Amino acid sequence: MSVFINKDTKVLVQGITGSTALFHTKQMLEYGTKIVAGVTPPKKGGTEVEGVPVFNTVAQAVNETGANASVIYVPAPFAADAIIEAVEAELDLVICITEHIPVMDMVKVKRYMEGKKTRLIGPNCPGVITPEECKIGIMPGYIHKKGHIGVISRSGTLTYEAVHQLSKNGFGQSTAVGIGGDPVNGTDFIDALKAFNEDPETEAVMMIGEIGGTAEEEAAEWVKANMTKPVVGFIGGATAPPGKRMGHAGAIISGGKGTAEEKIKVMNSCGIQVAETPAVMGETLISVLKEKGLYNKCKTH
Amino acid sequence: MNIHEYQGKEILRSYGVAVPKGKVAYTVEEAVEAAKELGTKVSVVKAQIHAGGRGKAGGVKIAKNIEEVRTYADEILGKTLVTHQTGPNGKEVKRLLIEEGCNIKNEYYIGLVLDRSTSKVTMMGSEEGGTEIEEVADKTPEKIFKEVIDPVTGLLPYQARRLAFNINIPAEEIGKAVKFMMGLYQVFVEKDCSIAEINPLATTAEGDVLALDAKLNFDDNALFRQKDIVKYRDLDEEDEKEIEASKFDLSYIALEGNIGCMVNGAGLAMSTMDIIKHYHGDPANFLDVGGSATAEKVTEAFKIILSDKNVKGIFVNIFGGIMKCDVIAEGVVTATKEVGLTIPLVVRLEGTNVDAGKKILAESGLNITPAESMADGAKQIVALVNEN
Repeated sequence: MSVFINKDTKVLVQGITGSTALFHTKQMLEYGTKIVAGVTPPKKGGTEVEGVPVFNTVAQAVNETGANASVIYVPAPFAADAIIEAVEAELDLVICITEHIPVMDMVKVKRYMEGKKTRLIGPNCPGVITPEECKIGIMPGYIHKKGHIGVISRSGTLTYEAVHQLSKNGFGQSTAVGIGGDPVNGTDFIDALKAFNEDPETEAVMMIGEIGGTAEEEAAEWVKANMTKPVVGFIGGATAPPGKRMGHAGAIISGGKGTAEEKIKVMNSCGIQVAETPAVMGETLISVLKEKGLYNKCKTH
Repeated sequence: MNIHEYQGKEILRSYGVAVPKGKVAYTVEEAVEAAKELGTKVSVVKAQIHAGGRGKAGGVKIAKNIEEVRTYADEILGKTLVTHQTGPNGKEVKRLLIEEGCNIKNEYYIGLVLDRSTSKVTMMGSEEGGTEIEEVADKTPEKIFKEVIDPVTGLLPYQARRLAFNINIPAEEIGKAVKFMMGLYQVFVEKDCSIAEINPLATTAEGDVLALDAKLNFDDNALFRQKDIVKYRDLDEEDEKEIEASKFDLSYIALEGNIGCMVNGAGLAMSTMDIIKHYHGDPANFLDVGGSATAEKVTEAFKIILSDKNVKGIFVNIFGGIMKCDVIAEGVVTATKEVGLTIPLVVRLEGTNVDAGKKILAESGLNITPAESMADGAKQIVALVNEN
């Protein structure tokens, strides 16, 4: 088991003929991901890319291939349109890698998605990986090992750092979910925590946040009230100056809100141990596993 | 992106949102001319910089005649204002807004922001005009009222009315206040604002409802479709190094310390600053080279880091995923040679092709200190910078 994706997930790639998408399509295929279709309107429909058939519309691709998840590499000005097209085609899961989507576009997308069946992950995220089964996104596959730790993160390379620390020490992951660095996103910490809480394969969760907004605080309160599995955290940006966007559109301290200090305080008060530096994210989780008697269960290699 | 108050008011005016008459001036003579043209008894001389708190810093003066306009314009132009938002070095005033004076009855606060927890635009209002909203939220949160706006309908008149009543705008001015709020919302969505703050919004003896100040910020991600907003960009208000970095698609933010950082990925870049601080060092910048760093990009990044004279050492922290470590190592070697690096350089590489990358650095014959981990790298650069 795992969350959101597994070996049976049938993936369609939106914007498959772009250079970034092409590169990552190859990487995903090599990893073993079942990529069943691509979409690039309007002239590429009917062709093939890396052995994957290309269609003009998402609806057509879904009809002919039974795809149930999509990954979006479409450029920012057109990404909101691509997400809505995928939602309308009733895919179970849409993962949007694209960064720099205007916030007002995402406000509309989010409103459109109310009451729809599709789960959106991202935008501005590295994607989702269930090690040794399915990789959807841009993360380096080989650092991940199959196991029992769930990983949720707002940042790409910081996730790789955490996963690397876990794998190196013998702790595989059930699934790693990048929820993205934008202020308006599809799946939030709580959605992902809920999924990991219900997943029988997952024994513990690493939650990686950063400055800006209050999603970590809300997630911490949820953990305190509902989570039956240990959660360990890290917050990036403790030294970031207020009022400056630190690379990610959502990483900004405004009006004294969204500081790392406040997030860490709330997380600690909700029973979440927070790694003091990014270098000890793995160590911190491992020490908690020992405390909870989960060490042997989680040690996979 | 940030713009000046007078530019924000130009935009508001074009949407029928009431603002006082005014004109921008770059010289004392222009200021005097502008005041004559306005022809009002009292005019306001306002420093135009991209920071709040101008009044307290002496950047806003009320002139009772043309001679006073001349005196104040002369005093403020070229002056460096230090406010709580400018940082300790302050900002030099290069533009003034000369505006008609108003018979203010009452002052209010109206602001539009994205509410991240509902993913919707929210209008906030308070009767504590002129006070920063953060301060009101802190001391008297019961005085802040909010209207969450559905993007399908936009701000509805009843919501604007409710907000106006809640913040105690007198009944006879409600109609004008509603028109003001509806217009402001229109500006916010059509121009892709990230903040639209009117503080204060004033009611006047003549029965007008006007924006005495206007702070509009825009979503950088939407500038591709807001060409008229991009024209308002004032490069004098931005950090030179940040402007240079943006040309090469590098995400750079200048800080006060002495350890230059070059990292891939925003989260890792932030955390690299944090870990330097943890080991008692002081980062000079945030710099994310992005996922597709080439030798050229690395060279440019080095040049930008080194153009900061405070930098006494550089820490490169790369987690090569899709970006391969050997490519980065080549880039670092080329850049080091090209810029003739003389200060300590610590490089931590991890990820794809890491061994090949380390080999390139070791065989380069350059004075590059390899680090085994992020923590090791941070410790080493702090030690090296302290030695020198």
